[in-house]
Amino acid sequence: MTVDTFFDRSDVASLVGGSVHREAAASLIRSQGWPTRRNEAWHFTDLNARLRTLDLALPAPPPDAASLVPETTGPRLVFVNGRYVEGLSHSLPFVTLRAFEPGPCGSAILPMVALNSAIATEGAAFEIAEGSDAGVVFLVSVADATYDSVISLRHRIVLQADAKLTIVEIAQGRGVYLHNPVLEIELAAGAVLKHYRLQNESIDAVHVTTILVDIGTRAQYEAFTLTCGAKLGRNEIHASLRGPNADVHLNAAQLLSGVQHGDITTVVAHHAPNCSSRQTVKSVLAGAARGVFQGRIEVDRVAQKTDGYQMNQALLLSPDAEIDCKPELEIFADDVKCSHGATIGALDPEQLFYLRSRGIPEAEARAILIRAFLDEALEPVTDHAAREVFETAITEWWHRNKL
Amino acid sequence: MLEIKGLTAEIEGKEILRGIDLAVPNGEIHAIMGPNGAGKSTLSYVLSGRDGYKVTGGSVTFDGHDLLAMEPEARAASGVFLAFQYPVELPGVGNANFIRTALNAVRRARGEPELDAVAFLKEARTAIKALKMPDDMLKRNVNVGFSGGEKKRNEILQMALLKPSLALLDETDSGLDIDALKIVSDGVNALRGPNFSALVITHYQRLLDHIVPDRVHVLAGGKIVRSGGADLALELEAHGYAGLEAA
Repeated sequence: MTVDTFFDRSDVASLVGGSVHREAAASLIRSQGWPTRRNEAWHFTDLNARLRTLDLALPAPPPDAASLVPETTGPRLVFVNGRYVEGLSHSLPFVTLRAFEPGPCGSAILPMVALNSAIATEGAAFEIAEGSDAGVVFLVSVADATYDSVISLRHRIVLQADAKLTIVEIAQGRGVYLHNPVLEIELAAGAVLKHYRLQNESIDAVHVTTILVDIGTRAQYEAFTLTCGAKLGRNEIHASLRGPNADVHLNAAQLLSGVQHGDITTVVAHHAPNCSSRQTVKSVLAGAARGVFQGRIEVDRVAQKTDGYQMNQALLLSPDAEIDCKPELEIFADDVKCSHGATIGALDPEQLFYLRSRGIPEAEARAILIRAFLDEALEPVTDHAAREVFETAITEWWHRNKL
Repeated sequence: MLEIKGLTAEIEGKEILRGIDLAVPNGEIHAIMGPNGAGKSTLSYVLSGRDGYKVTGGSVTFDGHDLLAMEPEARAASGVFLAFQYPVELPGVGNANFIRTALNAVRRARGEPELDAVAFLKEARTAIKALKMPDDMLKRNVNVGFSGGEKKRNEILQMALLKPSLALLDETDSGLDIDALKIVSDGVNALRGPNFSALVITHYQRLLDHIVPDRVHVLAGGKIVRSGGADLALELEAHGYAGLEAA
């Protein structure tokens, strides 16, 4: 379905027609169409080709989806088909569940953020007061799609000075759908947000997350995303370091098989001096899976003493798997340390033989080595509950695929 | 009983083993000595089932099983243990987890109950103490950042816990100082008994001062060219391997 056909649907038209800002966002994406490979930022991921085959519509109201909600070990907010479900969630004093109304969008808005702005109606708004530690919150999105649904959530996370929060975000579901969440994050001076994310969508789904994060003086944004699900997935983070001594850690791992396509795109903008950015991204690709990593580091003229590091490693488990890797460094300051690297390889036969010579069956030996390959990317995940979510997902992926 | 008959093997089309005949009865330790390039490491790899070696003839049985038909993990389960000349580093794999996984895989294959983490750690700590290894060795990643001597001791630790019935020690003495040599030898000697046999591959005689072999075989040019008692090692040490290739 084209963008126009989607926006011409009567339910979509009546939602968008209710707000000039929704209309502005809609006309922006209408004028561009779904992102295609001609759009440089989407050169390796043909979203248009996938969305064109879907008969997209707004989602049905949340069914009784309690059985689809993952077990969590802490307070949680649950959205089903893009709607907040109070009965499955905990009420938290620092979270407002809001009806989302977009403000004016600039012309520089990203196409999938424009789509979200045009049709998103719900999301969680976190506001953590100065100096307080809000602990761990699970942010869960479940899709139960009986037809090709477009699920759009719009979250906003604000940490005031020296506030702390850990979010464990889980996206999963069944059926065919496009899940297109947008998260806007603001971290004031000294705030620390740990943002752990599991994308474990239905194997027929399309998932595009966009995270826009502003990081203030001495603030830290620590993110790890594990992608196992979706036929086509993209995880796009734009992180802006706005004040001196801020720190961002954007680690990610993806485990893909079959004909899955997983895209990790990051833009780290150093706008202040003495900031550091670190990225370790690992892809494990089996079958005919395709991984993409695009990582841009921009260093402003004023951002002296920037310390930037980026490492992208891919483990190809089959001759048909493919990784596209595009690191970009744009440096306008003269006193910076920026490094990047990329490696591609297969499992090491020496290591495999070493494990097998100790009695470990070949399949288990391969699993051990794959898990070891991911280890470095998982390193920032210090929270126990989050660790467990990821370890379980990795083990399940392994059992599903039996490579 | 390990029985090797007429074993020939090649790597990338190059013949390395040219007809090895060797029998190691249960309870005995045999040494294989020989010059560089004689095929000593190849023999240990062929026995443990590493890829890349093509067996072109002969047979190997261990306690009646056709060893060459088995996968490496099945050989390990049947009691074969190879102590690597160059132990492999496994970044991202914790040593304790690795050894416990191996131990439980072997126990499973032998129909024995698995060890839980607590029971395993108790056994591992005892073994570590006996080998005079630092306690943190279990917490570190497998062989990563280990010194040469620590790597070899880690091999012996695995052997001590896996309790093989046939150990293949491939130049376990290389890179060891005298103290480590003693510790490693004690580790091997501790396993000695009627149900343990070993093939000790070494270039030098000094290891055999500590692990006294029942028999010594000289491997040269891909064949066993001489066999004798423990004193053969002393003779080789005195006169070298010169002239043996031709035999």
